[in-house]
Amino acid sequence: MLLHFNYGELFLLVISGMGILVYLVCIAISNPYYKKWPISRMILWILGVLLAVSAVVGPIAARAHHDFVFHMIGHLLLGMLAPLLLVLSAPMTLLLRTLSTSHARRLTTILRSKPVQFVTNPLTASVLNIGGLWLLYTTNLYKMMHHYLTLHVLIHIHVFLVGYLFTVSMIYIDPMPHRKSYFYRAIVFVLALTGHGILSKYIYAFPPTGVAQTQAEQGGILMYYGGDAVDLILIIIFCSQWYRACRPKNVVLSS
Amino acid sequence: MANPQYVSEKQFNPRNIWSGFLFGVGIVTFLDEAIFHQLLHWHHFYDKSTTSIGLVSDGFFHALSWFTTVGGLFLLADLRRQESLKWKTWLGGVLLGAGLFQFYDGTIQHKLMMVHQIRYNVDVLPYDVVWNLTAIIMIAIGYYLILKSKNTKPLRESEGV
Repeated sequence: MLLHFNYGELFLLVISGMGILVYLVCIAISNPYYKKWPISRMILWILGVLLAVSAVVGPIAARAHHDFVFHMIGHLLLGMLAPLLLVLSAPMTLLLRTLSTSHARRLTTILRSKPVQFVTNPLTASVLNIGGLWLLYTTNLYKMMHHYLTLHVLIHIHVFLVGYLFTVSMIYIDPMPHRKSYFYRAIVFVLALTGHGILSKYIYAFPPTGVAQTQAEQGGILMYYGGDAVDLILIIIFCSQWYRACRPKNVVLSS
Repeated sequence: MANPQYVSEKQFNPRNIWSGFLFGVGIVTFLDEAIFHQLLHWHHFYDKSTTSIGLVSDGFFHALSWFTTVGGLFLLADLRRQESLKWKTWLGGVLLGAGLFQFYDGTIQHKLMMVHQIRYNVDVLPYDVVWNLTAIIMIAIGYYLILKSKNTKPLRESEGV
């Protein structure tokens, strides 16, 4: 079975295996000193890594080369669902409690830096995320992606990273030095969702170069409703955080 | 017993209306999607005659309503948490939001922006009339409920009501 993988795919499998391993090692190192790390977060991390890698290695990735619907399944996994699960597993919190104090300080300095502040602004993250998708599907980029391996790799890395960035800029699970108000995030979120929905319908009507009409229609519908499904989870988490944040402070609980 | 937290009765009236209104806009879009797109297949996912402004309007309200369905319910939970919920006012808000959006959908989006029609290959006029009449009735009842419940007090369990 392993023989069927090429070097690139093997490399991705090794990387993701290491991703899971590092997370587990961090739990093992930090658990004696802190509260026990929740099993649920560990499961979320492992699932997230597996979903992300399933989008780029294996049957979905293989069919995505000539079937736009599978390309879209892959993108939903790589750019939306996997990032959501990974964000929910709070990797930065785990890393910060595992590192020595001096290293953790250095890491937080980076997290506080201007460039990180810029890219974790919901507006920047949304433009990078949704704008990138518009570029990919409305220009020749989609067709070129299948001709140049480097471009293919770069685009998939981009989709994953900005998916993560977008999620982390909307819901705060890990420490976030530059917090934005709930109202601001809500507005940007609705606008990003708007851009995503319009693009889905645009793809339905105007297939990207090299994609057959029927495949574009199915892919567009999948993007529309699949995006809605993942975003619903995001909205519920976002609203429940908002709900908890504005609870009345002076309530006297009756027995 | 007068609780200092509840001094401003009036500020909760708009909150009840807004919570209902947002949920109303959300739920009517959701029902539209579930009934007319998915179950009956009357509406089209994308009608090729849609204007680009129609595509933008449709996309925006779809996104907004998806958010407000959830957000409106959390606001409802917040009102209950503060024991300031007035069901009648809230319901009035729901009907007002649902009616106003349905009217916007039925007139501007369907007719002006040609987003999609209610049904295809039939005489669409009766459908349009029923659609927009339902919207107007919802607006009227919603408005009436809000007016009628304006001076009522929220139900409070802690006061033994």
